This record gives sequence, C-alpha cells and structure tokens, in this order.
Amino acid sequence: MAENIFKRWNQELTLAGAGILLLLPLLAIQPKTYLTLTIAGLAMGMLLFLVASGVSIIFGLMDVLNFAHGALFAWGAYVGFSVFQLLMKWVEADSVLQNLAVFLTAMVAAMITVAILGIILERVVVRRVYGNHLFQILITFGATIVLVELIRVFWGPNDEVTTVPLTFSGNWDIMDVIVSRYRIICIFLGAIVYGVIQLILKKTKLGTIVRAGVEDRDMVQAMGHNIYLLFTGVFAVGAGLAALGGVAMSIFSLQVYPDMGGTYLLFAFIVVIIGGLGSVTGSLVGALIVGLSYNYVAYLVPWAAAGVNVLIMIIILLIRPTGLFQAGK
Amino acid sequence: MNETILKVADVHTYIEQHHILQGVSFESQADAVTVLIGRNGAGKSTALKTVMGLLPAAEGKITYRGKEIQKSKPYQIARMGIGFVPEHMGIFAELTVEENMRVAMLVEDDATARRLERILGMFSALKKFWKSKAGTLSGGQKQMLAIARAIVNDTSLLLIDEPSKGLAPIIVDMVIDSINQIKERSVVVLVEQNFHMASSVGDDYFILDDGRVVHSGRVEELVQNEELQSRYLGISKVED
Repeated sequence: MAENIFKRWNQELTLAGAGILLLLPLLAIQPKTYLTLTIAGLAMGMLLFLVASGVSIIFGLMDVLNFAHGALFAWGAYVGFSVFQLLMKWVEADSVLQNLAVFLTAMVAAMITVAILGIILERVVVRRVYGNHLFQILITFGATIVLVELIRVFWGPNDEVTTVPLTFSGNWDIMDVIVSRYRIICIFLGAIVYGVIQLILKKTKLGTIVRAGVEDRDMVQAMGHNIYLLFTGVFAVGAGLAALGGVAMSIFSLQVYPDMGGTYLLFAFIVVIIGGLGSVTGSLVGALIVGLSYNYVAYLVPWAAAGVNVLIMIIILLIRPTGLFQAGK
Repeated sequence: MNETILKVADVHTYIEQHHILQGVSFESQADAVTVLIGRNGAGKSTALKTVMGLLPAAEGKITYRGKEIQKSKPYQIARMGIGFVPEHMGIFAELTVEENMRVAMLVEDDATARRLERILGMFSALKKFWKSKAGTLSGGQKQMLAIARAIVNDTSLLLIDEPSKGLAPIIVDMVIDSINQIKERSVVVLVEQNFHMASSVGDDYFILDDGRVVHSGRVEELVQNEELQSRYLGISKVED
C-alpha cells in the first residue's frame, strides 16, 4: 500500500514538475507569443503522439522493437500525397466539405495500405525474431531499407511538395493571438485518436485482452486467446497509426521525402522513453512534453532546440528509468 | 470403470539447454484428483506447463480425452476445456477483478453466467472487490481469482500449480474446500509441495524427482508410508 502511494506521488510530482517547467518560458516570452508557441507545441506533440503510440503499443504487447516504424510512417505520407495528387480539385476547392473529404480519404487510404504492409512485415519478418531484441533491431532496420527503396521506386527519389487543403490553410486571429488552422486540426486529430484508442482499450473485450497481454502473454494464451493473431492485429494498428501520423505530418511540414521516417522515428523513441514503453497515455504526455519544449526552446534559444528533448529524456531516465507511465495504462 | 482423461507418456522437456523432464509419465482419471509431488526443481511445474503447451515437449505423447495435444498451441489446448492456474497465479494486476474474469470467459452466454454466479458464491471476496484492481487483492484473494478464471468456462480438466504457496494456513483450508468442490465437476491435476493439502484433496499421487516419476499410487497409501515421505518429500516425523 505504502509503495503504491509513493509510486503515485512520484508520478504526480514528476508531472507537476513538468507542468511548472512548461510554464517557466512565460518569464521570458510575451503571453500572446507564449499562446501561439503553445498551440504550435501541442500540434507538434499530437503529431508525434500518432507516431509514438504505434511504437509504444507494439513494444508493450509484443516486446518488439520496430525500427521499420519510421518507414511505415513515410509510406503513409506518400500514399496520402498520392491521394492528394489524384483529388487535387478537392484539395484546392474553397469548400470545407470537399477539403475534409480529401483529408479523410487520404488518411483512410494510407492507414489501410500501411496496415496491410504491417501485416506482411509482422508475418514474414518480425514473427521469426520474437524474444530477441538484437535480431529485431537488425531485421526491422533491414526492412526499413527495403521499404524506403520501394518508395524511391514507386514515387521517385526526390522531395515532393505537399499541399494543405485550402480551407485548412491560413490563420485565425483570436484577440491578437495568431492561431494556425491546420495546427488546431492536428490537435483535434490527436485528441480524437487518443480517445478512440482509450475507448477500445478500456471499454471493449478485445482491448481488455490486449491490456492483459501487455502484462502476461503466456497467461492470455492459456486462457484460450490466440496471441499471435492478436500480435498481427496490434502490429497492423500500430502501422496504421504510423500512416496517419505520416499523412498529418506531411501536410504540416509541406513535404514528403523517402527518408523522412528516420527523423520522426528518433522523436518517437524519445517520446516513448519519456512516457514509458507500452503506455498510450505515456506516449501522449511524452509527445506533448517534447512538442511544447521544442517550440519554447526554439523561440528562446534556437540552437538548443534539438538538444532539449534529449536532455529531458536523460533527466527522465535518471529519475524514472521506466518512463512516466506504466505499460498497459 | 475409471476413464483416463489425461495421459502423459515418456515426455521430455528442455528449458534452454537444461533437460528438465526426462521421460515423465503419468495419468489422470475421471472423478479423481491427481497430485504431482516432489522437492523443488523436480520438474512438477514444468510438467504442467508442458501439458498446457507453454513449454514444448521435445519427445513423448500427451493425450487428452484420446486426442494427442503435444503439438497444439496453448490457446487451442485451453479451448479444449483445460484450465490452468500457474504457480505465480498469472493475475493481471492492472485489470479489475471483473476484467480478469472477462478475459477468461471464452463465451459470454447463459451457461457462463450461471457458472460465474456459482463461482462468486464459492469465492464471495471476488464479488466484494469486483471493481477493484486485481493487484490490490491479498494473496488468498488472488489465488481465488486465479482459480475462478480457470473454471469460468466449461472446464473439464483443471491444472493447478502450488495453490497453497505463500498462503496462511486458514486460507489454505479455504483453497482445499474450493478444490474439493471443483473436483465434483472437473478432473484436477494438482502440483503441490504442501503435504497437508496434497493429502487432503488428492486421490492418486505421482512423486517426481530429477525430472522422472519415481513412485506412484493412492494418496492414502502415501500417507501411511513414512519412509517414502522422508526419502522424496523431506518429511520426517517429530519424535515425542
């Protein structure tokens, strides 16, 4: 009992400390600029959450370190890019409905395509190396090379410029605070995805079995559940989330390029180390910490922006080596 | 005539490079509780895990109701009607008692609902802590939950690994009562080091030593045989 109270205290104190640190920039930044940076940070955090949650779920249930997650993210971005190219009239239309339709079509197409890729990857490659992290890293790194080369074959080696649907571009000026429309959409998208994942994990039997599997895979099997089918499903969902992140991030950064997965995979690993591997809420909190701190530091001390997340990760590793949240939360 | 429900014949099991089971054979009859006893490291838990498919049998045959199962996956074995309570209980600590039971239910029909009602009658503490996280339960309550999960389906064979381990004597007596109730509906194979428990619920025994069955017979005979108890179970009579 006392141990549980200390654990909870420890977690709450760490979160409170993180909250105070995130308010500190107010001492050096004007409140309106702070709000603009906060919205930018939240949007970046939500996009990182989409990538990191897949990594976290796959590791939490399957104990698999999937280094091909970045390549799946890039595949998602490219499929979304192709849908935008095919339906450019809808992208450029001055209609919220048509813009929303093309955005949703791109996301669904990317998620389905990449989920299928994920199923193939799990069945053909990852299944052979369950229980061996070194082989997992090597084999999924190899899969990354293949997947990235396939992008070059299908879409060419050059960077491509993506387009923001017309009504999603531009800013709102709310009481002199500049708010990017697409960033608000990203924040809502991340919140919806988090809500759906939590709903499935907490309120459905399948989600309960997945949470049980995070704790004890053997026992789930001994209760009559086909853990390998569950693994394939979870891998497909993780891949689908990577694709969703790829589509949303490519519109955010206005470009796609074959190696784009590597950059975001690094961020994703920082996020899951901070939040705790296997925890969806941990991924959300970790992603928001990374997104917000990156934006504040980039404004105040631009040269230190990239390093601040590594610094936070080191501090978290020193205080709570397992991350802020436990697996399965 | 007694029907053989489970037959383990000359089974060999390895854990990494260690040869743990070296030709274990035993049988479990309908309407009987079979007890596997022996010292620590004798291979008792490995034997149950091998039957459940959690460890692969390198050689030998395991037959359940006449069907070979040594190549089957654990989930397939569980779906044949075999319930398993591991030594560490296998409780999902972050899930509530209700969620633990739901994970265990393969079908949620009227028959399962009736079984659940009967189980909650047998283990009333589970009803009381229905919405609590299983990790907050006491050791005895966790053991009740582990057994409850294993019998909530139409289980015809129950494998239980050391249910008395780490429990207070009064709780052990409760577990004995519950196994005596369960054996009226299911065949039970029990791994146990606690001789009091083994002799209270067991009908047939198999003593394992160094990965082999070295003795077997009726439990009432073992209770009378102090030499056997002393040699294989480390039980010695205290002189008056």
